[in-house]
Amino acid sequence: MSNSVIFKSSIGKKVFMALTGLFLCTFLVGHLLGNLQLILKTGEEGRRAFNEYAYFMGHNPFINILSIVTYAAVLIHIIDGIALTIQNKKARPVAYAYSKPGANSSSASRSMAILGTLILVFLATHMANFWWKMKVKEEVPLHTYKLEMDNPMMGAANAELYYTHVPGIQPIPKDGKNIVEKGTDLYIKGTNVKVAEGYRDLHTLVIDFFSKSKNEGALFAVLFYLISMVVLAYHLLHGFQSAFQSLGINHPKYTPLIKIIGTGFAVVIPFLFAIIPVIIYMNH
Amino acid sequence: MASKFINITLKIWRQKNTNAKGGIETYSLANVSTDSSFLEMLDQLNEQLINEQKEPVAFDHDCREGICGMCSLYINGRAHGPETGTTTCQLHMRSFADGDTIYVEPWRSRAFPIVKDLVVDRSAFDRIQQAGGFVSVNTSGRTMDANAIPVPKADADKAFEAAACIGCGACVATCKNGSAMLFVGAKVSQYALLPQGKVEAKDRVLNMVRQMDEEGFGNCTNTGACEVECPKGISLENIARMNREFLSASLTSDK
Repeated sequence: MSNSVIFKSSIGKKVFMALTGLFLCTFLVGHLLGNLQLILKTGEEGRRAFNEYAYFMGHNPFINILSIVTYAAVLIHIIDGIALTIQNKKARPVAYAYSKPGANSSSASRSMAILGTLILVFLATHMANFWWKMKVKEEVPLHTYKLEMDNPMMGAANAELYYTHVPGIQPIPKDGKNIVEKGTDLYIKGTNVKVAEGYRDLHTLVIDFFSKSKNEGALFAVLFYLISMVVLAYHLLHGFQSAFQSLGINHPKYTPLIKIIGTGFAVVIPFLFAIIPVIIYMNH
Repeated sequence: MASKFINITLKIWRQKNTNAKGGIETYSLANVSTDSSFLEMLDQLNEQLINEQKEPVAFDHDCREGICGMCSLYINGRAHGPETGTTTCQLHMRSFADGDTIYVEPWRSRAFPIVKDLVVDRSAFDRIQQAGGFVSVNTSGRTMDANAIPVPKADADKAFEAAACIGCGACVATCKNGSAMLFVGAKVSQYALLPQGKVEAKDRVLNMVRQMDEEGFGNCTNTGACEVECPKGISLENIARMNREFLSASLTSDK
């Protein structure tokens, strides 16, 4: 296999751009499905559902591997995009004095690099606001839920309680040893009796961030989010269908369908992302 | 249609040679027949310049019938001018109005260095062709009749459509990335679709793409501008076919 060819050649670079781009499209769907829980369920139920989801995303081994693949895809997409842009700029050292690109191509298709850069700026703020606080600074408070259970030890007034430390373990004595299984949960000391479940409260962090009563900058945050989703839509408008062409898929039967699906994807996915902070802003 | 005469202002890129610094010069040209072709209009300008003891504008042309691929010119911001499916030699002055200002620039690409004024060196295309744009036929005198090999009509038609590429370079000129993928895609496709070309298909696409990259053309970002501006209507399908051919060749060939 000609490794060098596939990595160095112009077409090879395009193939990597297409593959990582399409993979990130599937990431968007997954991320959106998680986010929709912020508005589909309300109150304590919604809070718990979202925090459980966040816990699952942070602790499921398959998701952990998938997240590494996602970071890698983002990096490759960025590095490849920069390499392509530099080469493409070099390919025309002297610009035309007068050019009418609008006569033959869409503005989205000509602006992928700048649209991508804007998405990267959004991504940086997005990760600073949520990912950094959740994963690195660990300043997200624990949210605990009382368990309704019939347990004689619950009544012990002097029972010493503790919760297992982040990322959370449930000690289940087995052959005299505690087996790590799940949870940032509250236990009665020296037992495996769980009295409450706890999750890092990402839900409150997100809701407060976009809430007009909790955050003075919420309006700006919502507007920035909306603009970023418009940028994402334009990026996808060209990117989705362009990826198929790069992979060599251009067929009289399928290409019209790919273009319709691509346009639908580019409109629906960013739209659904965008309505979430708007609804939070209005309701909180 | 009754012929009309118009007066125009031309803004033309003048550059003494490859290394000289060029610039836009402005010329007024009166009494241009709307029946004349764009190149005839430039002939008229050159007569005027020669009469004024000035250096005429150098531009490429040959058949003036729209089939040789010699004419070029980036006219008013578009390759081969405002009409679609038209080479510059087949563009007529009736496409312009009295009093118009017309920008005329050479193809802009690192791989197409300017020779003089509006003439660019397109030998990069020749080198790409030489890298694989051929079928190795044994010319011993006992070669098989080409028609003895069955070719599906649909494939023959597609190969012919790809082969309609005249190698003018409008795709490179109009592409915001200066990419030559429509040209190379067409040249790869015209052979890849035919049984005679399939024998060397893997090496061909690998070698032609390598040469294309070495020449310093940009990378395709699927804007589709080339397809719109191509005077021969070469389809983007040819780029997709080249991508397919390249992918499978690079994954399966020994190279």
